[in-house]
Amino acid sequence: MMKGLKKWRLFSLLAVLTVFLAGCGQEELSTLLPAGQVGRDQFNLLLLSSGIMLLVIIVVVVIYLFALVRFRRSKLGEDFIPEQVEGSHKLELVWTIIPILLILLLAVPTVYYTYKLGDVSAMGAVDDDGNPENLIVDVTAKLYWWEFEYPDLGIVTAQELVVPMDEKVYFNLIAADVKHSFWIPAVGGKLDTNVENVNKFYLVFEKDSKDLKDGVFYGKCAELCGPSHALMDFKVKTLPRGEFDQWVTSMQATGDSQIVANDQGEEVFNQSCIGCHAVSAVGESNEKQGPNLATFGDRNRVAGFMDHDKETLIDWIKDTQKYKPGNKMPGFGSQLSNQELDALAEYLMGLSVEK
Amino acid sequence: MSSVAQKKGFGATLWDWLTTVDHKKIGILYFLGGGFFFVIGGIEAMLIRWQLHKPNNDFVSAGLYNDLITMHGTTMIFLAAMPILFGFMNAIVPLQIGARDVAFPFLNSLGFWMFFMGGLFLNISWIYGEVPDAGWTSYASLSLASQGHGIDFYAIGLQIAGGGTLMAGINFLVTIINMRAPGMTYMRMPLFTWTTFIASAMILFAFPPLTIGLFLLTFDRMFGGNFFNHEMGGNTIIWEHIFWIFGHPEVYILILPAFGIFSEIFSIFSRKRLFGYPSMVFATVLIGFLGFMVWAHHMFTVGLGPTANAIFAVATMAIAVPTGVKIFNWLLTIWGGSIKVTTPMLYALGFIPSFVMGGVTGVMQGAAPLDYQLHDSYFIVAHFHYVIVGGVVLAILAGTHLYWPKMFGTMLNETLGKIEFWFFFIGFHMTFLIQHWLGFWGMPRRVWKFMPEQGWDFANLISTIGAFLMAVGVIVLVVNVIITSVKNVRVGNDPWGDGRTLEWAIESPPIYYNFSATPLVRGLDSVWIEKMEGNASGFTPAEPVKDIHMPNGSIIPFLMTLGMFIAGFGAMFRTETEWGLGLLIFGLAFTFVSMAARSLQDDTGYYIKKEEILRDLKRKGGQK
Repeated sequence: MMKGLKKWRLFSLLAVLTVFLAGCGQEELSTLLPAGQVGRDQFNLLLLSSGIMLLVIIVVVVIYLFALVRFRRSKLGEDFIPEQVEGSHKLELVWTIIPILLILLLAVPTVYYTYKLGDVSAMGAVDDDGNPENLIVDVTAKLYWWEFEYPDLGIVTAQELVVPMDEKVYFNLIAADVKHSFWIPAVGGKLDTNVENVNKFYLVFEKDSKDLKDGVFYGKCAELCGPSHALMDFKVKTLPRGEFDQWVTSMQATGDSQIVANDQGEEVFNQSCIGCHAVSAVGESNEKQGPNLATFGDRNRVAGFMDHDKETLIDWIKDTQKYKPGNKMPGFGSQLSNQELDALAEYLMGLSVEK
Repeated sequence: MSSVAQKKGFGATLWDWLTTVDHKKIGILYFLGGGFFFVIGGIEAMLIRWQLHKPNNDFVSAGLYNDLITMHGTTMIFLAAMPILFGFMNAIVPLQIGARDVAFPFLNSLGFWMFFMGGLFLNISWIYGEVPDAGWTSYASLSLASQGHGIDFYAIGLQIAGGGTLMAGINFLVTIINMRAPGMTYMRMPLFTWTTFIASAMILFAFPPLTIGLFLLTFDRMFGGNFFNHEMGGNTIIWEHIFWIFGHPEVYILILPAFGIFSEIFSIFSRKRLFGYPSMVFATVLIGFLGFMVWAHHMFTVGLGPTANAIFAVATMAIAVPTGVKIFNWLLTIWGGSIKVTTPMLYALGFIPSFVMGGVTGVMQGAAPLDYQLHDSYFIVAHFHYVIVGGVVLAILAGTHLYWPKMFGTMLNETLGKIEFWFFFIGFHMTFLIQHWLGFWGMPRRVWKFMPEQGWDFANLISTIGAFLMAVGVIVLVVNVIITSVKNVRVGNDPWGDGRTLEWAIESPPIYYNFSATPLVRGLDSVWIEKMEGNASGFTPAEPVKDIHMPNGSIIPFLMTLGMFIAGFGAMFRTETEWGLGLLIFGLAFTFVSMAARSLQDDTGYYIKKEEILRDLKRKGGQK
């Protein structure tokens, strides 16, 4: 009877919590609106733990308020001397055992999910023809941008991660300079990118990013990494498998000839930018110092957080330190004329594979 | 020397405070030093919150913001919370155990000066213009990459201050083990003494890892060591382990004395002995032990693997059990008591729901897979402020009101105290409750600014308003202190009327030798027992009045610390200036000469004659 009552209480509490928690936040960013299996597992754990914890808070507050109302000196009289109770073994046992039970209730799913989410054994799996079964993305975190390499597909991109939907995507994470942390709140929990070793985990993307406000999920750097830590954002685009394969094909094609929106801009790029930036997606990570710009025209933001239009792009190239202090790109305000900047921006905005 | 107050000149007064080895005066020094840094840390907090009150704010620059968060965290933990708690320990614990002094008065003074000079060293970075900027955790890859001398200030300043803390810890351990009055068995020690004891034991084990870590960091940065430089075979994860093996126990070092203060308050203002005293002691010891077993829960997202994460997850959750025992024991202490809501009690009552909320979010983070979402988000900021402000700072404010009359002989104004409480309490919940949701909504911590249209604007504004309400609360406290100090209405032995432990049996402030004769302790809550048996003085002497041995004051602790302070600058500028190395050698030599002076000097202290004590007693109207 008692047990049934407890369960019923817990259940209704969970129901209330779901309503309460799920109503908040923005779809492209909130951990409370999970967009994939990993995030959902974590959200379930959040519901369970908040339920248990809210129960504890309620019990404490009820006892507390009762005591506070009943045992005030103003009511009992100034001379009242209460009985000097030593303690009660029974009661103390009760509030030792109940928390242990509550914690067990939480510990079992915790351990289960820890192993479930930590399982990357399928990462190296290959089918009969020797082709990898799962998509693997190598993530390199740098000051203050992200590089995404698809080692089995031979392509690389930056700042905007493109992934297929409804399958496990495996990640290799490392940092190139100082420690960062890779986090896509709406899709699943974070993992640090250390400088000395590769961390592995997987995420599952189940919601089409097309339906979101900006057409992308927001990704964040969660570990303090210097002045512009706050601005080290990236974006995630999810595509159905078919469209993803198409995207890969067109990315692989950027290695050959590209349609150039502005010839003069290309010239400026080849003079001033090509040392650090590639415009072909074919390659590996760490080939160039700066982000790969192959799909710059398709991207959602300039430098990860600024509006994606020509004027902002020009502002950015002119004075990068003003917008993202401490980043490794010099400002080109004094080296390029306004006309050159304009052409360059037009050229970059034309780098697109999605038409 | 006489106990009769004499008018002294400024120079003599200053000399007196620089050379004092009296635990009560050192307590006040800790209190002043900690209070000073608390205000600095508070100003830093206000600047942080002002920067975040609206999206895309340009009030402070990105670099300055990182300076502010780093110094706010470091200052509040090392230079405010811990020293103020040491202030209470120094002022109260020897009295609670019926001792005349601490075990090592000279060391006590040295500990204070090292804390203060270390803190000063750290804060001089603001004047120098290169400030620590890698977060209070100073994770190695970033702290090695940090330009300028900021992190050097951090490493050396904390090294000096940390040495002082370690000394204070050892001193309290020995004091509590060796100097209890006759009859005070371990299971008759007041809970504040117990928590001080356990916290000191934790200091003994937690601070050496910090010392080592800072030492390695200093060598990496200044002398080309490669302990953490991964390009040369070092490993940055080691720093994280070392830091948290210190850092996690550190938060228990802070919270346990806070628990002790609250235990005293619940007991005094409910007029009831602490419910379940043995289980409280056991829970304290258990928390102390478990505190060392869970450091890796700060590192769930580092990539330690599922087995390590699972073990540390379950261990972390286990801490909830002894903590829960404490909470329910406090509830049952007020249950059936006679509750008087004074300012300290108001803080204690405010503490229970606040701390429970902070505690349960700790358990939530203990669930490792959930922590992958919560870690390094604003949820964490909310959690640890709920624990540290909702626990430690509320205890400090409560303790300030509770022990003010004992330390200074005058009472803080109760009405102002209550106004202060409500501002602080409401502001506190306004600031930090909403931050749990900011974390859920994807806001990472330590962000210098945030872009609009991410759903964070309004919540951040609320948080900032709350922070300023807290500041108003603290200002009210300062005003209260000034007003009551000017009025200076003297109070008697037991100004709260319900004192239960030995400190309430002697005058406020206590005479410099504390007890005219060592008291006899006949049970838990010794003074309460005496009072109930009709002995109004609350104190039965264990021996007749006789000569008392006292230690001499000494300037040497100050000089030793001064040498380290100077050597710190020498170490920092060694590579870039000609005089750096010389200064380093001079500073260290200065310290060593001071140490030698201490060793060679035959300082045996002095005796207070029996006649003087009897004269004091007579002046006070005698002792039963």
